[in-house]
Amino acid sequence: MSEITRSINPLASQSARRKASKGSTEQEKRLPFWKQLVLQIICLSIVFFVMFPIMWIVSLSLDPRDLSRPNDFRLIPPGASLDAYKRVLTQPTANPVSFTQLALNQFMLAGGVAIFSVIVGILAAYSFSRFEYRGRRMLMMGVVTVLMLPSIATIAPLFVLLNRVNIHIGELSFNLRNSLFGVGIAVAASQLPFAIWNLKGYLDTVPRELEEAARIDGASPNQVFTRILLPLSTPAIAVTAFLAFNTSWTEFIMSWQFLTNPKNFTLAMSLWNMIGAFSGDTPWSVFSAMALMVAAPVAIVYLILQKYIVSGLTIGSVK
Amino acid sequence: MATVSENTPPSSMNDKRSFSTWWSRTTYQRAAYYYLIPAAVVMALITFYPMFYQVWMSFTDFGIKNLRFDSPAPNNVGIQNYLDILPDKLKIGSLEIDIPGTGRLTAKVQNFSFMRVLAFNLAWTFINVPIHVVLGVLIALLLNTPGLFFKKIYRAIYILPMVLPWLVIATVWRNMFDQDHGSINMFLASIGGLFHIPQEVFRIRWMENIYPPFDWFLPGLAMPLSFYAMLITNIWVGWPFMTIVATGALQSIPKDLNEAASIDGAGSIQQLFKITIPLLRPAMIPAAMVGTIITFNLFNAIYFMSGGGPLRQTQILVTTAYDLVNAQRLYGMAAAFCVIIFFVLLILTLSTNRISRATERYDV
Repeated sequence: MSEITRSINPLASQSARRKASKGSTEQEKRLPFWKQLVLQIICLSIVFFVMFPIMWIVSLSLDPRDLSRPNDFRLIPPGASLDAYKRVLTQPTANPVSFTQLALNQFMLAGGVAIFSVIVGILAAYSFSRFEYRGRRMLMMGVVTVLMLPSIATIAPLFVLLNRVNIHIGELSFNLRNSLFGVGIAVAASQLPFAIWNLKGYLDTVPRELEEAARIDGASPNQVFTRILLPLSTPAIAVTAFLAFNTSWTEFIMSWQFLTNPKNFTLAMSLWNMIGAFSGDTPWSVFSAMALMVAAPVAIVYLILQKYIVSGLTIGSVK
Repeated sequence: MATVSENTPPSSMNDKRSFSTWWSRTTYQRAAYYYLIPAAVVMALITFYPMFYQVWMSFTDFGIKNLRFDSPAPNNVGIQNYLDILPDKLKIGSLEIDIPGTGRLTAKVQNFSFMRVLAFNLAWTFINVPIHVVLGVLIALLLNTPGLFFKKIYRAIYILPMVLPWLVIATVWRNMFDQDHGSINMFLASIGGLFHIPQEVFRIRWMENIYPPFDWFLPGLAMPLSFYAMLITNIWVGWPFMTIVATGALQSIPKDLNEAASIDGAGSIQQLFKITIPLLRPAMIPAAMVGTIITFNLFNAIYFMSGGGPLRQTQILVTTAYDLVNAQRLYGMAAAFCVIIFFVLLILTLSTNRISRATERYDV
C-alpha cells in the first residue's frame, strides 16, 4: 500500500520518508536548490535518453496517418488511432499466417521450454545442492561450461542431427528439424544449464536445518524435496521459468534456421520479416505496433517480477 | 559395511537383511543419482552428444549434400577447415578503399578474416563493458544522493531498457538509425536547425557507410559508423543492469563509514575513492564479468542492426558462425568455427576470472 502511494505521489513520499528516517539516521539532509536543479536536469536527460526510442515507437504505432515511413520528427503522435494494431492482428506479414497463430506458436515454444527446463532443472539442482557424491563437481563444471557457450555454438550439429529424425505418429508425420518441437529441443539445450545453475544457486542459500530435522525424524529424500525444498523455492522456480520463457519468447536463431513452413513461424521471425531483408515495404507503423505487442507481455511480467529477478540473479552469481 | 556383517551371522536370510540395511542406509546416496538422471540423460542427448558430433563434423566437408538421413557420409578433410579459418584463407574477397580527405590508400577491408573478426569482437566487448560499468555506477551514485526528489520515478523509468526483449530493441534501433526516415537523423537535423545547419548534413548513412569516421581510433581495425550506432544502442541497453547491481551494493555500505571519514576530515571526493568505490568493487566485478560474456556473444545487436556490415566489418564470432550455417550452408566449416569459438570463450572466461580474482565467488 505504501509502495503504491509513494509511486503515485513522490513528493509526499519524500517528505514522509524524510520524516520517518529522521529518527534513525538524521543524515537525510536537504539538498541546496542549485544542486537539486542540476541533478534533476541530469536525471531528466537520462529519462529522455531512455524514453526516446520507446516514445518514438509508441508514437509511430499510434499515429493516425498510419505512416509507411515517417517524414517528420514527433515523439508524441498527433491524435491516436489503433489502425496499425488492427492490421497486425489480421495479417502481420506477407506470409499467410495470422497473429494469433504466430503468438500461439511462440507461446507453446517458450512455455514448453520454460516448463521442461525448470522441472528437469530443479531435480538436478536438488541433487547438486544437497548431496555429496563422486563426480558432482565435474558434472557441475560441465553444466557451467555449457552455460558459458552461446546457443549458436551447437547450431550446426543440432540442425544436422534433428534433420535426420522423421517422426511418424499415425497420420502425423513430420521432420523433427522442421517443427516447433525440434526448435524447442534446440532451445532447451541452452536453457536447461541456466535453469540448473540458477536453481542450484538459490537452493544453496536455503538453510539446511529444516531438512536435517526432517531427516532425523525419518523423512525420505523425496519427502525432504517435496515437503520442504519445493515449497521454499517456489519464487526461484517462478523466476527461472520466467527467464527461460523470456529468452524463448524472442528466440530467433534456432527458429530462423530450422523452420520453413509459415504455419510454424514465430513472432520473433515475423518481426524480423517486417524489417529485415524480406520486409519489402512493410509500413513502419505496422512494424511498431508489432514490436510493442511482442515486447509488452514479457516486459510487463519482467517489471512485476523485477525485484525477485534481480535478487535471484545476484544470488546466483555473487556468492 | 564391516560392522554390519560382524553383527549378523552368515545365512541366506541375514544376507538379505544386510542387503536391506545397506539399501536403506544408502537411500540418500542413491537419491542423489535418481534426481540427477533426467538432467543427465537430457543433457547427454541434446547438449553433449551434439558437441562431440560437432567436433567430428569439424573434420569433414559436411554440406547440404549430406543433410538427408540417407545421403552419403561427408568426406573426411582432416584439419583443412581449421587451416582455412585460422590463417585467413577463408576470404571471400578483400578490397582496398581510399579514405577521402586523408589522401592515403589504406584501410584494407578484409571481407572474411578470422583475426579481424576476433579483434573486432574483443574491441567491441572491451569498449562496451567499461562504459556500462562506469555509467551504471555514476547513475547509481546519482540516484543515491540524499534528498534528491523523484528517485522512485527515475528508478522505475531507468529499468525499462532492461526489461524489453533484445530483438525488439535491436530492430527498433535499426529503424531509428535509418538514413532518411530514422528518428536519430531527424532529431539531429531538428537540433541542427536551431543553429541553421542545413538538413543535408544530417542524412548520415549510419549502417552503410564503409569509411571509418574516426581514423585515429583503433587504427588497425577501421571501425565503421555502424559500430558507433551499435555502441550507442548497447549502452542504452547495458547500463541499467550495472546501476541495479551498484545500487544494491551502495545500500549495503554502512553509513557509519562515511560519517567516520567525514569526521576525520575526508572530503566527499576522497570518500568516494577511498570508501565507496572499493566497497562497490566486489559487486561490480562479477557483474562486469557477466556483462563481458554477454557482450562478447551479443548476436542480437550485431545481426539485427548492421548484419555484420558494411563489408563484414562489424562481424563478431557468433554472427560469423551463424552466417556460415544460415547463409553459406557450410556445416562442416561452421562446426570447426564453433569449436574455435569454444576455445576462445574458454580462454576469455578463464582470463577474466583470473584478472578479477573472482573465481572464488563462483561456487561450482
